Amino acid sequence: MSTSHDAALLKPGFTDAVFEAQAGFRALLDALAYAGRITTLEVSLDPPAPLDPATAAIALTLFDFDTKVWLDAPAAAGPVPAWIRFHCGSPIVSETHDAQFALVADARHLPGLGDFDIGEDRHPDRSSTLVIQVPALTGGSATRWTGPGINGSIEVAIAALPEGFWAQWDDNHALYPQGVDVLFVCGRQVIGLPRGVKVEV
Amino acid sequence: MSALEEVRWDAAYNFAYLDEQTKRMIRRALLKAIAVPGYQVPFGGREMPLAYGWGTGGIQVTASVIGPDDTLKVIDQGADDTTNAVSIRRFFSRVAGVDTTEATEEADIIQTRHRIPEAPLREGQVLVYQVPQPEPLRQLEPRETETRKMHGYAEYGLMHVRLYEDIARYGHIATTYSYPVMVNGRYLMSPSPIPKFDNPKMQDNPAIQLFGAGREKRIYAIPPYASVKSLDFDDHPFEVQTWDEACALCGAQNSYLDEVVLDDRGGKMFVCSDTHFCADRRAEGHRGELGGDPAALAFARTAEEEGADR
Ligand SMILES: [Zn+2]
Repeated sequence: MSTSHDAALLKPGFTDAVFEAQAGFRALLDALAYAGRITTLEVSLDPPAPLDPATAAIALTLFDFDTKVWLDAPAAAGPVPAWIRFHCGSPIVSETHDAQFALVADARHLPGLGDFDIGEDRHPDRSSTLVIQVPALTGGSATRWTGPGINGSIEVAIAALPEGFWAQWDDNHALYPQGVDVLFVCGRQVIGLPRGVKVEV
Repeated sequence: MSALEEVRWDAAYNFAYLDEQTKRMIRRALLKAIAVPGYQVPFGGREMPLAYGWGTGGIQVTASVIGPDDTLKVIDQGADDTTNAVSIRRFFSRVAGVDTTEATEEADIIQTRHRIPEAPLREGQVLVYQVPQPEPLRQLEPRETETRKMHGYAEYGLMHVRLYEDIARYGHIATTYSYPVMVNGRYLMSPSPIPKFDNPKMQDNPAIQLFGAGREKRIYAIPPYASVKSLDFDDHPFEVQTWDEACALCGAQNSYLDEVVLDDRGGKMFVCSDTHFCADRRAEGHRGELGGDPAALAFARTAEEEGADR
């Protein structure tokens, strides 16, 4: 539980909530619309450890008391739960399948994609959005992405994803129009991977 | 100098009018809409201080997307200068302080009712459609629980039957507006009441297309470079409208034309519905058969305004 004493020690949120949230949203809209491209969130934010600035900006842009948030062990251990409760008012949930948003500070701690909420056949929008921090958005094993938002195909080489991640993504993509959506984050940069994108390793 | 004086928009309002909670809700819905192209995402949201005919759904989407550095264009049936388009432009000038333009290529966000601009859109542009009825199956099935089930299982036979009945009755598909499309091979979607002439522009468009229905509180989207196919049959392929005439003002042969009645003796002319496209072409020196006649030009603009207010 956070106390008022903790709250005073919390890292701040946006300096200008209205405009930074708008800029953050436009970057996320671009990232998910132009899947596979690196998009930069132009925010000057001092995030709570171990969140990257873009992860913290995503939380401040999209989270509120209506959004259930799941945190991986590294994110849950530090000041992040109190920071999210204070700035966003979001309930923190312990079960992955209850998560509207999941923050994964360390991709090595990523649960199976199938553990999250894939939505319902008549309400595929009621699915989890995963924010996954990685050490680099380039330099990993090359993958070829095709689908909506991609002009032909795009090569993406996200680094340090757990073994078997892309096989899990195949299963997720096969659930379309259900399935989870992913935002890969490194620093201030984001790559969007909506469920409709097919990835070849 | 006070902080208020630095503000470019009317400080009686939150930026872009909507409160932050409503914007967040709409933004979350927009991201899901992008992730599931053509699927109608329900959203909550407050009532706008405007009658529904003014495009509240489009206004809510634009208000949730727009930033202070964006340039906004608003068109109504292709025209920038109708009452509806002017009012929405003024609204956003006032509540968001944004620059506005009539030039398609200068706009970051284009809010539209009933047309897609003739000039090709580019990456990064956002086209916001005002949608009066988001459910393409509503005329065939009034119950929301049933249409939701049909979308859930991609059971779209009813729509094919309806289009085929057209062919049986008229020899062709008679639908010319709101012509249904399949998006990303999965969801049947209403393109809003644009002419079917505009349907092919939705396919593989580099811009982001967002659709807002205010009354029904639905948002849907087409991401860039997405598959958008107008429904048709092997023996009756989809075709857009064509005209024997060229635009009387600019001579364009490939734009969507409005018929303008000139007199009560049956005289008429055809002019581009996209007023900016037409003006651009005239500025480049293109002339139609009445293009040099200032009276014809003034008449066409007045007639368009009356047509838009019908
Ligand atoms: Zn013309």
